[in-house]
Amino acid sequence: MSDIFEKYKGKLPKNIIEYVRKKTEGRSAKEIRKALEMALEEFQKNQAEPGEAVGIVAAQSIGEPGTQMTMRTFHYAGVAELAVPQGLPRFIEIVDVRREPSMPIMEIHLKEEIKTDEDKVIEFAERLENVPLEDVAEIDEDFAKRRITIIFNEKALNEHALTLEEAMKKTEKELRRKAKEKVDNAMIFEPGFATLRSLRRFVDRIREIKLCGIKGIKKAVVLPEPDGSGWYIQTEGTNLVDVLKLEGVDPTNVFSNNIKEIEKVLGIEAARNVIIHEAKAVLDGQGLKVNPRHIMLVADVMTYDGTVRPIGRQGVSGLKSSVFARAAFEETVKHLHTASIKGHKDELKGVTENIIVGQPIPVGTGIVKLGMK
Amino acid sequence: MLDPSIILNHKLVPKHEKISKKEAEELLKKYNLTKDQLPKINEDDPVVKAIKAKKGDILKITRKSLTAGEAVSYRIVY
Repeated sequence: MSDIFEKYKGKLPKNIIEYVRKKTEGRSAKEIRKALEMALEEFQKNQAEPGEAVGIVAAQSIGEPGTQMTMRTFHYAGVAELAVPQGLPRFIEIVDVRREPSMPIMEIHLKEEIKTDEDKVIEFAERLENVPLEDVAEIDEDFAKRRITIIFNEKALNEHALTLEEAMKKTEKELRRKAKEKVDNAMIFEPGFATLRSLRRFVDRIREIKLCGIKGIKKAVVLPEPDGSGWYIQTEGTNLVDVLKLEGVDPTNVFSNNIKEIEKVLGIEAARNVIIHEAKAVLDGQGLKVNPRHIMLVADVMTYDGTVRPIGRQGVSGLKSSVFARAAFEETVKHLHTASIKGHKDELKGVTENIIVGQPIPVGTGIVKLGMK
Repeated sequence: MLDPSIILNHKLVPKHEKISKKEAEELLKKYNLTKDQLPKINEDDPVVKAIKAKKGDILKITRKSLTAGEAVSYRIVY
């Protein structure tokens, strides 16, 4: 029974086979075979033909609904969620592959045992947040006496689940220097520098101390899982490598919206998946219905040569081999100029070049050539 | 660096496998391709390192696809 479907495995996509399987439940083998045969015929009819201008179709399919996107970033008030740029600004960020998105976000899912307990998840989130010393303490400089006093605010420490001892210990460790004196919640340092300049530098170092948390993570909020299976953490700021190593985190399910970071840590295929996911999320968020195959094509073009390339001058369009195609896009003079100095050749193989010189373009019927055998 | 098992089991990373020389030849013949026409993957890509693939190897990548359910793609390590 199931081997009928097995036979079509290489020929039909999994989704279609599954669909036919569901629809033909309880039917005879003969009927199933007929249904599969019809599905195969229909599938082959609907495949993109050789020479079809899929890129143009994709560009128009994304571009036309894209005119409806919001051009400004809106911030929502009152919701315990981070303000992600949406609409056009975010979409531009994705295709430009910024090194860091304007709002880098991570979604951290925890292991089964922890994620159902809201309190534990909240505690976990608090430990992730990077707390600079400046936020929980006052730094008092007395340049005349060459003395620096750090006064911790215990209430602020409590908010970040820190104790006074922890904070003081961490400060000493980070400065690699013992405090001269500790009075209640204050630490007094007398580093004994001769110049004011080195003292200043010392104060700057104190300001930059991070008392706890993971580097780069500024804020962490706890949100319910959409499927109701517990809670997960959303963070502002990303640090994939360190979070994946954490105890209690489900390392298979940590997400970052920073495409470059994903590429570096998880590879080009993961980056491709993030591009698709993010672009789709933007379009869906705007209520635009774009068939995912077009977004997938964009992601494929951006990742086919092994590194994520932006769409545009420094990326996909700027790396075309044809001089004319590059000149037609941007920086016309620059390209023609260098090409003439260096004696570049244009093979006239692409679409743009052939339009420029007035020949049939290699798309659709134009791609077919007569060969001799 | 990260443990290879963390990288390979991550939700975003599809299955990568090295294919044999014979399979590679069949692939190139089937699609009438030369090796440099295949999509590429960097030699220092974390996944390539995790499965210990070498320059010139062809990887078979089985992706989850939004349109087809499952789709097979190939990349050459360069």
